[in-house]
Amino acid sequence: MSNDSLDPRVNRLKLGVAGEAIRVEEGENWNIYEVFHQEKRGAHHEHVGCVHAPNQELALIFAKEQFARRKKCVNLWVVKSADILAFDVEDEDMFANNADKNYRDASGFKVMEKINKYKQSKK
Amino acid sequence: MNTTAIKDLIIKMADDELILGHRNSEWTGLGPVMEEDIAFSSMAQDKIGHALALYQILHEQLDGVDPDRFAFLRAEKDFRSSHLVEMPNGEYDFSLMRHFLFDHAEAVRYESLAASAFEPLKSLAFKIKGELKYHTLHANAWVMQLSNANEESHARMQQALDNTIALAAGIFEPSEKWESDLISYEIYPGEQILFQRWIERISPILEQASLRLPDLKTVTPVYGGRKGYHTIYLQPLLTEMGEVYNLDAEASW
Repeated sequence: MSNDSLDPRVNRLKLGVAGEAIRVEEGENWNIYEVFHQEKRGAHHEHVGCVHAPNQELALIFAKEQFARRKKCVNLWVVKSADILAFDVEDEDMFANNADKNYRDASGFKVMEKINKYKQSKK
Repeated sequence: MNTTAIKDLIIKMADDELILGHRNSEWTGLGPVMEEDIAFSSMAQDKIGHALALYQILHEQLDGVDPDRFAFLRAEKDFRSSHLVEMPNGEYDFSLMRHFLFDHAEAVRYESLAASAFEPLKSLAFKIKGELKYHTLHANAWVMQLSNANEESHARMQQALDNTIALAAGIFEPSEKWESDLISYEIYPGEQILFQRWIERISPILEQASLRLPDLKTVTPVYGGRKGYHTIYLQPLLTEMGEVYNLDAEASW
């Protein structure tokens, strides 16, 4: 396994060749783990940052103190950063016309009135 | 029952937490990696928090003095901390092993206090259960990681265990005067039982980490701290810890 950078996020940016690629053997260096924070049960896990760790158990243990030592938290996820597949930066053009396709937005559906009416009827 | 016995138990528990909390906080900014530095510092704060909670019980329930005064103005011989927690930091392997051995001892102690007949200790045990779970999880993960990483790290963890076990066994120094009262009034199950539970708790983890627990018949627990006999390392720690407070003990913060 080889990497240009020790940090997969740097590689995803494709910053261009800067000297010889550094070879990192598996287990030779600590990995980067992305951390996802869940504020309450049933809520989405939200990305909050990353930690360096030698394995996923310690990544989770570190994540707890880096990202969940204050304020509300019920759970955390950690995912090895190298396991994340992302689009290239230049592929952003695939999303360029989204703003024109407002007929795809779900915002036009007026349902709150019906929901409120239903809630009222249940009281 | 006579509250002197309960005070004796609380003071030794609290002093261990305060002194080890201070020792572990000496790693702040010097930890091996940033993530571990933050985690270890955070747990050191937790320990000082446990000490405060116990000093508050003394203050509010047992006619004790103000927690700050109790922590910062007492003479060295009035501390009841074990020698384990007084030892200065050396290499990180020692601090991790001390953390592993102490926090498991702490966990079995507070688990037993969840059934205490003394209500304030019982509710404290429930309150800090989650913190102790994290502390032992952290300690276990490191012991496992370093013991299985390579020959050098395994050898260093084994050495740290060999050097620390007698000190750690000293946590369980029974009180000559109050032990039987505390047991019969069901305040806690007594040091001997806690020691057994602690050994049962750490043995399988050490085994999984391929670390050899020294034969306990050959281990002489380091006692004395509970009677006020301390190592040469405690006084300098107390001097440093109370340096700011003692500039003006009457100042209001």
